[in-house]
Amino acid sequence: MDSTIAVLAILDGLSYAALVFLVSVGLSLIFGVLRIVNVAHGSLYAYGAYTAATIGLAVAKISPWLTFPALLVASVLVGVVIGGLMERFLLRPVYGREEVLQLLITFAVFMIMDNLQRLIWGVQPIFAADPVKLLPNVSVLGVNYTSYQVILLPLVALATLLGLRYFLRHTLAGAVILAVTEDREAATAIGIDARKVFLVTFMIGASLAALGGALASPTTSLVPGMGTDMIVLSFAVAATAGLGQIEGAAVTALAIGLARAFIIYIQPEFEVLVPYLIMVLVLLVRPMGLFGTSKVRKI
Amino acid sequence: MSARSSVPRIAVLLAVLAAALLPVLMPSWATLVTLILAKGIVVLGIIILLQAGQVSFGHAMFFGAGAYAVAFWGKYVGAGDLALFLVIGPLLAMALGALVGLFVVRYREIFFGMLNLAFSMVLWSLLEKLYHYTNGADGIRVARPTLLGMAFTPEVFQYVLLYLTLGLVLVVSYGVQRYLDSPLGHMLRAIKSNETRLEYLGVSARRILLVGYVISAFLGGLGGVLVAVAQQIATPEFAYWTKSGEFVFIAILGGAANAAGAFAGAAVFEFVRFMAAAKLANAWQLILGIVLIVIIMYAPNGLIGLFRQKKKPAGAKP
Repeated sequence: MDSTIAVLAILDGLSYAALVFLVSVGLSLIFGVLRIVNVAHGSLYAYGAYTAATIGLAVAKISPWLTFPALLVASVLVGVVIGGLMERFLLRPVYGREEVLQLLITFAVFMIMDNLQRLIWGVQPIFAADPVKLLPNVSVLGVNYTSYQVILLPLVALATLLGLRYFLRHTLAGAVILAVTEDREAATAIGIDARKVFLVTFMIGASLAALGGALASPTTSLVPGMGTDMIVLSFAVAATAGLGQIEGAAVTALAIGLARAFIIYIQPEFEVLVPYLIMVLVLLVRPMGLFGTSKVRKI
Repeated sequence: MSARSSVPRIAVLLAVLAAALLPVLMPSWATLVTLILAKGIVVLGIIILLQAGQVSFGHAMFFGAGAYAVAFWGKYVGAGDLALFLVIGPLLAMALGALVGLFVVRYREIFFGMLNLAFSMVLWSLLEKLYHYTNGADGIRVARPTLLGMAFTPEVFQYVLLYLTLGLVLVVSYGVQRYLDSPLGHMLRAIKSNETRLEYLGVSARRILLVGYVISAFLGGLGGVLVAVAQQIATPEFAYWTKSGEFVFIAILGGAANAAGAFAGAAVFEFVRFMAAAKLANAWQLILGIVLIVIIMYAPNGLIGLFRQKKKPAGAKP
């Protein structure tokens, strides 16, 4: 493997890892607080992408630069509206019920969203590459790459990581979320509205999935099934890192992103295999994930 | 205590008769009923694990293993016999189940589900990407097999397959019921209610769960063989995570407390899909999703639960 290809693989891996991180950190956050694995998370990613493309294509007629705010608007819109409705009306009634029922509710939402997506946006690929074209290309060690992918995406991911860290560790709202996660009853007893915390957390997590999708939309064609693949991939990252681990998700996303990028250049047919193989191997050795703290077995 | 044997025999008898006779009146239903029964067999496996409180979100790997056992035989060995397929498919799935099971039975709840998912996605990506051997996403066509050396026309074969499947359903349902009523089955349920106490009694919970897991893998493989033969194709989608989700869905839809729930759930699932695909131009997923939410919200014991509450003695298949 010559050095140009190695650089190319690193850049590919970096931009891909940034997207995967955004989605999986949302999944991880929701699991950490609500104890629910959201199967519809990939659909939120897909809706973020499609909504961003739809808004972007509409505002691009006014000015192509408006496609950038469109990305953000789309993700917040999807996260707050769809995420909010989902938590309030579908998840809230099943808290405390059997785990399998909670999981299946989100599976049902996945089926509904997947179907609606085909009905709304059709099955033809949609392209909305304006934001990528507007930013110049950069040359990294002799390799040309879009600055959207190698600068903007990693920056957004980094900002999200630092922002989440700051929010959870250094603000009152973050402390409230941590309190509810730690001990819901005690938190409620001191006057914290746990239901509101769940709702807001779910909206944040859903927005992160949608943001991942919105940011991915200019770099790829939007096709049915994009969310179906993303959900298992973000599962793989979140589970490998340890569910609920935010910094861990970043490290794992980077590792899986790079591993996948290199394998594409070495042995392309194993591209899809890599994340799952890593997940199996890690979970076999450390079931709580790389960064998860292990729970002592009762017996 | 067993809620499982409380579905009236007359209802079971009616359902069996309906499955046997309806396709005679409506030939186009023969394959549909076969698919319902075959999926019900897979769901029986999910129900076994649910008894222990564990949800496998990767059971499609055994379904896929059974289907691809048939497909690979056709591609690399040549013409085959259904009787042979019904042996090698489930055995392959069982062997895979024993191997994967050795690892996954160490974990519970979300970790059990996740690890199953991971293993099934490994199988899926191999089936999808090793294009050279598997034809990738196109899948492998499965030729109509003989049965004990006898060849059939397509019209006759669909009935042969239907009645064979129906016979297998009766056999495995009886077997699963016996298993769940046996000490092994009771210990399996104890994993859900109180695993610690089970271990204090000197029983290895892992071993108990492994037995259940291997049996459920066997059932997954059996269903896979039947579906691959009925649909005459095996594709990587058979092992994809949405398929696993579908099986869990059917188990909850029908009611996980009862073997009959597997078939009631499969009947409703396939029927809604069949009708909606024909009438509502691809809105079947939407409709099934809404049905699932309604069932979970208002009838957590599934269709069989509804049926038992109302105590309708002779309501035919829902």
